[in-house]
Amino acid sequence: MAEFAVILFHSTSHAVYAERVLRRAGLAVKMIPTPRHLSSDCGSAVRIAASDQAASLEALGAAGVVFDRVERLG
Amino acid sequence: MIYLDNAATSWPKPDCVPEAMLHFLREVGASPGRSGHRLALEAERVRLDAREAVAALFGAPDPMRVVFTLNATTALNIVARGLLSPGAHVLTTGIEHNAVLRPLRALEQCGVVVDMVPSARDGTVEVAAVEDNVGPRTQLLVVNHASNVCGTVLPIRAIGEVARRHGVAFAVDAAQTGGCWPIDVEADHVDLLVFSGHKGLLGPTGTGGLVLGRGFHAERLPALVHGGTGSRSEDEHQPDFLPDKYEAGTPNIVGLAGLLAAVRYVSARGVEAIRAEEQALTQRLIDGLMGIPGVRVVGTGKAQLQTAVVSFTLDGHSVSQVALALDEQFGVLCRPGLHCAPRAHQTLGTAPQGTLRLSPGPFTTTDEIDRAVEAVRQLAGRRTDG
Repeated sequence: MAEFAVILFHSTSHAVYAERVLRRAGLAVKMIPTPRHLSSDCGSAVRIAASDQAASLEALGAAGVVFDRVERLG
Repeated sequence: MIYLDNAATSWPKPDCVPEAMLHFLREVGASPGRSGHRLALEAERVRLDAREAVAALFGAPDPMRVVFTLNATTALNIVARGLLSPGAHVLTTGIEHNAVLRPLRALEQCGVVVDMVPSARDGTVEVAAVEDNVGPRTQLLVVNHASNVCGTVLPIRAIGEVARRHGVAFAVDAAQTGGCWPIDVEADHVDLLVFSGHKGLLGPTGTGGLVLGRGFHAERLPALVHGGTGSRSEDEHQPDFLPDKYEAGTPNIVGLAGLLAAVRYVSARGVEAIRAEEQALTQRLIDGLMGIPGVRVVGTGKAQLQTAVVSFTLDGHSVSQVALALDEQFGVLCRPGLHCAPRAHQTLGTAPQGTLRLSPGPFTTTDEIDRAVEAVRQLAGRRTDG
């Protein structure tokens, strides 16, 4: 089973901005409702492949996209 | 019909604007930032598209620093009420719109000190005079980029340098210039750019906003309106991050869908290209009016120094009667009076009667300018007060 990471945000504005920045960086992303066991301010989260985590955080950092934290999904 | 009231709101809009609004209402419809379903996310993507389009147009690097409001007035109230506390000094000019002056006058009642840099009779402002009036308690320098009465454009880059040098927040009311005059928030040293969505940007009414320059710290500027943002729902306090901090309440997302289409249209056509066309129309209008006996055109009289806004008086005629005759007899739509800018009219020497204001737009033709001038010429030779 593929491993995923979930990026959590304070606001949907930031989540959708992250989705766009990651797509532009050529990364595969999916918007998902924030998993119930992960507390977050925002109802939407960005799911990425766990193997893309470093590249994703680098792309978000370069664009100045604010996020809350990253969690692994098993 | 010849619509020459684009300084109030532009019309017609490009076809893509109503089409985008209709598409949004029919196919998307949801509120952005609230629920996480596909339509809510699509609405958020539309809003992000609009932020990115506005940011690119104004040279802002970060779309999250584009805040949408219902109009420029709301954005100016966020700026003035947020930055000025009792004892603070604010500097503005003698050709401002009431959207700037009324918030400042209200704050004056609470102990804010308001000063105006003198403007010349043609609406121009000397940069040295701005610097002379900056003091140790000056918190904010707020100027309109172009007068809504006479079109005179202020040198915001040079004024911004003064503000930067003295560590004063610099706010620009770009209601009359957004979309028809080049603006670069970083190069122009603008901390807070206030824009209208429905004038030169060609979007629908009910859209406007605020762009925060990269160097401006949002902690300095409290929110004006507090309420639901869809974010931090468990917290009874307003979020402190951009853009949510200043966007409480359900936004005019249908309007933003229209604004997005409009800004894309303006960007594709090119601000410089629109500017060049409007400059030619404006000079043609000024020259035509100045050739009519009894007409006095206010401002610099030079189209290269102003936006497409031409104000004039006609000796022996009341401006409201001329406006009515232009509408009823010639189909020329304009705006007479004080244009919500009594101070500007004092500066220009046209208070309290005001002026007739003709403001072409990106869809005005030279033929329409010539017909409008001919209409004024015919009215100048008659009585309009009966």
